[in-house]
Amino acid sequence: MQTLAMDPTRTRMMPRLLIGVAVVVTLLIVVAPLIYIFARAFAEGWQVYAANLMDPSTVHAIWLTSIVALIVVPINIAFGIAAAWAVARFRFPGRSLLVTAIEIPFSISPIIAGICYLLLYGRQGILGPWMQANDLQVMFALPGIVLVTMFVTAPFVAREVLPLMQAQGSEQEQAALTLGASGWQMFARVTLPNIRWALLYGAVLCTARAVGEFGGVSVVSGNIRGQTNTLPLHVELLFNDLNATGAFAAASVLTLLALVALVVKAVLEGRRGA
Amino acid sequence: MSQAAAPVRAKRVLPGFTLSLGTTLLYLTVIILIPVLALILKGAEIGPARFWAIVTAPRAVAAFQVTITAAVIATLFNAVYGLLMAWVLVRYEFPGKRILDALMDIPFALPTAVAGLSLTALFSANGWIGQFLEPQGISIVYTIWGVALAMAFTSVPFVVRTVQPVLEDLDPAYEQAARTLGASEGAIFARVVFPQILPAWLAGCTIAFARSLGEFGAIVFIAGNLPMKTEIAALLAFIRLEEFDYQGASAIALVLLLFALVLLVVSNRLQAWAMRFKGA
Repeated sequence: MQTLAMDPTRTRMMPRLLIGVAVVVTLLIVVAPLIYIFARAFAEGWQVYAANLMDPSTVHAIWLTSIVALIVVPINIAFGIAAAWAVARFRFPGRSLLVTAIEIPFSISPIIAGICYLLLYGRQGILGPWMQANDLQVMFALPGIVLVTMFVTAPFVAREVLPLMQAQGSEQEQAALTLGASGWQMFARVTLPNIRWALLYGAVLCTARAVGEFGGVSVVSGNIRGQTNTLPLHVELLFNDLNATGAFAAASVLTLLALVALVVKAVLEGRRGA
Repeated sequence: MSQAAAPVRAKRVLPGFTLSLGTTLLYLTVIILIPVLALILKGAEIGPARFWAIVTAPRAVAAFQVTITAAVIATLFNAVYGLLMAWVLVRYEFPGKRILDALMDIPFALPTAVAGLSLTALFSANGWIGQFLEPQGISIVYTIWGVALAMAFTSVPFVVRTVQPVLEDLDPAYEQAARTLGASEGAIFARVVFPQILPAWLAGCTIAFARSLGEFGAIVFIAGNLPMKTEIAALLAFIRLEEFDYQGASAIALVLLLFALVLLVVSNRLQAWAMRFKGA
């Protein structure tokens, strides 16, 4: 074995074999599904594709999904900054427990998150009677979709900003305070510029996740066509209607968003490295 | 943790402690803690006897079996494929390497429903890939293999992205020493490299397994959702909800929640162990 290892042809063969296997498997299970979405979406030509996207229920689904993302992502950014600041800059009892708590949504299935919300706000839920008495509707409406999406995406920004804040330390911020800056001035002129790429990166990931959320939203939305149907739910609806081309057309919009997110991520990673 | 010294001194200087911690706790309480508590409270109302009856009913047992079996298959596949990807991406230079690296983020970024839709069509009997498998007697769609495929797709980045940074940070001195002493490349990997990446690899596999147990969106398309055969636990909980059987749904969801929390603790332990090998 030892003499074989010294053989140069053998050591050159191994990397090629490994790279070859890695590339082939990735082509089959990652690249093929990606290409297939566009192939099927455009299978009947541009006009059918455009007509599928212009369908009122599809337009409504795109609109609803955008609204959800526009509400969830800014709130998530604020939460992410607050959580990272508290954990990176201060020591307090239960700090590591807090970090674990922020990560909880990563390990809980979105469908369980949806069930949790239904058991809290639903008609038979813990707050159900009170909500009915006050004529509040969370389930099967926009607030429920927003809340579940907030649950699912909670860790995204915090997880990107926290390690960076920890690595940067607080010297610059302390210097700003010593020079007479107020807390908010320090935040706007020192903290925010320092974390801006990680923040943007987290926001991009959060947006991708918020737009694509399926399991949790399918529990709380009630799938009311033209009302509480988000774009991923609409894909399923069209698929169950046996309108495969329509389903792939709707899916292609989501795929395009995912690809944009990945390109932005690649660009940001280049910046962060520099 | 290594930053321990600076924040301690900073505690009295930096502003925003109450505001940031208050916001964080409020958000976590309202968005995560109270809803999860609602599930636990509702689950406690069921009572142990009824709870046991629900989760040991034949259809529920079958659903748990399908979920766990498929998740084990998917995790075993990803343990190999994920490790291979991490190794290839860190150790070799080749054209298209950056693209291959970026492709490993697709399963994270692509909505699971979209992935499920596409995989179903690709691997069905007349699909691009399925047409070659079907004559060999290999059916993917509407079988447990389809469930496992959907799980593998959505969870592979967890293995790659956990192993990759540890592999990048390995001290090359040990490998060079082993090479100098005449060890073969295989022996170097097995006895020098692998023990160092083992904790990270196990952590990645644990996260991938946890993710597979909870996966829903990709699976509902490809599984066919036949009770007792390809129905996963998360879907059964969903069906119970649609039947307004809230106790049935909560009991199954609680079992899944328990799995998730146990696996979270295990993967945290493994990652803490892995950190000892990183940059040490």
